[in-house]
Amino acid sequence: MSRIEFKDVRHAYPQPAGQPLEYAIKEVNQVWENGGAYALLGPSGCGKTTLLNVISGLLTPSEGSILFNHSDVTRLPTAERHIAQVFQFPVVYDTMTVFDNLAFPLRNRQTPEARVKERVTEIAEMLDLSDRLDQRAAGLTADGKQKISLGRGLVREDVNAILFDEPLTVIDPHLKWQLRSKLKELHQQLGVTMIYVTHDQVEALTFADKVVVMHDGTVVQVGTPVELFSRPRHTFVGYFIGSPGMNVLPCSIENGQPVFANNLLSSGYPADTDLSGKLEIGIRPEFVNFSDDGIPVAIEKIEDLGRYQVVTVRHESEQIKMLVGEDEPIPAESPMISFDPDNLRIYCNDWAVEAGDA
Amino acid sequence: MTIEMHNISLRVGAETHIYATDLSLEAGQFNILLGTTLSGKTTLMRLMAGLEKPTTGELRVNGESVTGIPVQKRSVAMVYQAFINYPSFSVYDNIASPLKVAGLPRNEIEEKVRRFADLLKLTPMLDRLPSELSGGQQQRTALARALVKGAELVLLDEPLANLDYKLREELRDELPRMFADTGATVVYATSEPLEALMLGGYTATLNEGRVVQFGQTSTIYRHPRNLESARVFSDPPVNIAAIEKRGNTAYLNDTVSWNVPSKLAGMPDGQYKIGLRPHHLSPEFGGVKVNGQVQIAEISGSESIIRVNIEGNNWVSEAHGVHSFGFGQSAAFFFDAERCFYFDANEQLIDAGV
Amino acid sequence: MRKSTNQKAWWLVAPVLLLVAFNAFIPLMTVVNYSLQETFGNNVFFWEGVTWFEQVLRSERFHASLMRQLLFTSMILAIEVPLGIAVALSMPRKGPWVSVCLVLMALPLLIPWNVVGAMWNIFALPDIGLLGYSLNSMGFDYNFTQQPVSAWMTTVVMDVWHWTSLIVLLCYAGLCSIPDAYYQAARIDGASGWAVFRYIQLPKMKRVLTIAILLRFMDSFMIYTEPFVLTGGGPGNTTTFLSIDLVKIALGQFDLGPAAAMSLIYFLVVLLICWVFYTLMMRNEAQ
Repeated sequence: MSRIEFKDVRHAYPQPAGQPLEYAIKEVNQVWENGGAYALLGPSGCGKTTLLNVISGLLTPSEGSILFNHSDVTRLPTAERHIAQVFQFPVVYDTMTVFDNLAFPLRNRQTPEARVKERVTEIAEMLDLSDRLDQRAAGLTADGKQKISLGRGLVREDVNAILFDEPLTVIDPHLKWQLRSKLKELHQQLGVTMIYVTHDQVEALTFADKVVVMHDGTVVQVGTPVELFSRPRHTFVGYFIGSPGMNVLPCSIENGQPVFANNLLSSGYPADTDLSGKLEIGIRPEFVNFSDDGIPVAIEKIEDLGRYQVVTVRHESEQIKMLVGEDEPIPAESPMISFDPDNLRIYCNDWAVEAGDA
Repeated sequence: MTIEMHNISLRVGAETHIYATDLSLEAGQFNILLGTTLSGKTTLMRLMAGLEKPTTGELRVNGESVTGIPVQKRSVAMVYQAFINYPSFSVYDNIASPLKVAGLPRNEIEEKVRRFADLLKLTPMLDRLPSELSGGQQQRTALARALVKGAELVLLDEPLANLDYKLREELRDELPRMFADTGATVVYATSEPLEALMLGGYTATLNEGRVVQFGQTSTIYRHPRNLESARVFSDPPVNIAAIEKRGNTAYLNDTVSWNVPSKLAGMPDGQYKIGLRPHHLSPEFGGVKVNGQVQIAEISGSESIIRVNIEGNNWVSEAHGVHSFGFGQSAAFFFDAERCFYFDANEQLIDAGV
Repeated sequence: MRKSTNQKAWWLVAPVLLLVAFNAFIPLMTVVNYSLQETFGNNVFFWEGVTWFEQVLRSERFHASLMRQLLFTSMILAIEVPLGIAVALSMPRKGPWVSVCLVLMALPLLIPWNVVGAMWNIFALPDIGLLGYSLNSMGFDYNFTQQPVSAWMTTVVMDVWHWTSLIVLLCYAGLCSIPDAYYQAARIDGASGWAVFRYIQLPKMKRVLTIAILLRFMDSFMIYTEPFVLTGGGPGNTTTFLSIDLVKIALGQFDLGPAAAMSLIYFLVVLLICWVFYTLMMRNEAQ
């Protein structure tokens, strides 16, 4: 097991001659602590799979270096990095039994057969595959196959990290949480570093201790699920995390406090007055409430989602989404809303303004 | 158009794929078929489209029987989970294809294609090939083709399943609106309960080839007629436990009991079942107290999903805020007895709670 | 996805069935007719029962050509299959060279049988052919019109040259359908090149390989034009394969009865071997 570090990593895929290079990873400096459960979250094409392949050595980055326990592995081939990876579509060796599949990485490394048997039995037990060891792997369901892919990583005792590339894509929705719980349980038991790539915020937030949010080839924020939810550093994080995402509204600043559509607001993070560039406030739907006085709005749409209601309101040209509890009444006449000052943040050119920043 | 299914069933060999189904969909209505994989959603759609001939029963469109009329002659459009477009056609030609088949004049085609491309935000991509588009754009193209056709029945088979989470959220928001203006009857298959709630309209819960319940989405969610329907329409799964009613008291076991709600009070003593939605089970004080061992707690920023073994039942709590628990930790959980669904021994609903 | 069956589709197949009846079934029945009777022309037939079959099955000549045929087919399969797989494995899977390789591979397949025979005949002539002349000038005693071994070698090499491409193309298609993730997983699992071939590439190629072997077996077992043009079955009878022998009996000697019986036996042998091979492969699959 080890600590993985990225130093100034940039990567561009080769382009046909004459076209400018486009960086899939623009610049990443990132430390993955030993034994952590990380999620790499972002939309399609943000560079997250590229980053994963750089860790496993399937790709060599165009610039920068990767360190495992402070030693440079940038040019080291995949097999020598001791990385395990679970892919989006289950990879099993069809002609082999479940046992032989799990034993494959050990046998490739000339492990004595007695040790292979011991190790495979142990891992099969953890993955609830014990009673299927003699079956052909091809006959298993998608979740069984994904467990085998994972098992092939777990049998190796020298694994530095296990990487997951959207591993639940082909799993039935009602089985997803079971496999996810299994992963978490294994992580707690084994303490091996796990890095989980996904575009699904629910998967990322529920799996990881630390979530790395990627946007357009860069890491925009690294934090615990709670941090990402309550203190998004970038408007993209606010939009991408949470469902519905954060409301981002244009504002100006007067005396260090934000003004939205002529309404003076108070913010828990007052800003200095001389901010330049695009100014916006960010407020999550959870923290927008109906109130007796505040910003007058018109109600556009009410969606009943069972446990809560999503209410879409409009103030002048701005649309605002709010979450209202399942039993909470929605005012029928001249509704007004207010923003919870403790959860209101100011963004300058998409980046959060911290108190005292200029 | 109105679609009525009378006693429609489908058997293939000895296997029954769809059990006798009665279902009627009003014109212009947005309908959702909710069920897990292999619950029969796709087959039911294929029956509606006429791609499949029912073993028994009759399909009526606008009151007239269409059993036996081929698909080509019905006004039907279908969009699949995989993004299906003509690979060698530009986006424009893809959208225009059903109109060209129908032999519309060129300027009319142009006008319609532009209108729907605009609605689906595809105008800048009209000259591109499908392979040059993102997944979301490809699916929008397929949707535009279904819309432009002006079909009276539009069947959407998990159209958003292959898209990114956020993109799905956005399209889900736009979809009902797009179809509202066309007056088409829409049938939308999904395996995700939350998606059904977001789309609104009407929902049919499906399980193992049967339509369990059909009605307004929020009604089905709040008043499942039986345990099966509640199970289908709950993610995370609805918490279920057997209880015993003696007099005015419901017993979960020897130590946990509560006063039964009024509807159940009139019922004879004996075995009943409760169903409790995960967000009505909380680690915070209030209501009936139960003890459990936490299996795993997943925190998603604003809320926690806690899998917990409660008195021998595997339950889930979906709670506001951050609640951290260690593996196997004992903890007290609470629920409001009034919030429970009560089912009789045959798993039929007695009381939906409040 | 579940699908139901619709019996109406059979009507669409009817024209094909009719065509097959005229093309295959009726000629086959004619052969059956000849194989059981003796005729001296003028449509006068005498019932002979299984006499011709007995005669053919007991004849030394038939045994000899059947053995030659089996040997030839085994040899070309033993060379073409491994060679075809090897070439397919070494072909690039991406980049500008893909189409170049594909066109090169497809070339021999586009040449008509008799042209191939004629080409190799000239190519291998010991006095003026490039191959024959070079071999002789290097000190090898090579003359395919005189020496049985030379004739055999030339025939086999010609078939390998003509048909290996078919196996290459089919295997290549099989290889291209393997998702990248499999190779990546194998690298991560520390698999050797041999293990990748044995556990990923070979299993994934199995279906196309089965078809390729079947096609090559049937074609080579019924080979006629190329050896006929190249060696005419000689020297002596050393390259007289079944179909060449059959034509000699039917047209050369005009023994229609034995020829018909022989064709039927021939047909049954091909059918039997194909069936056994296919069943074995498919049973393996089902396990």
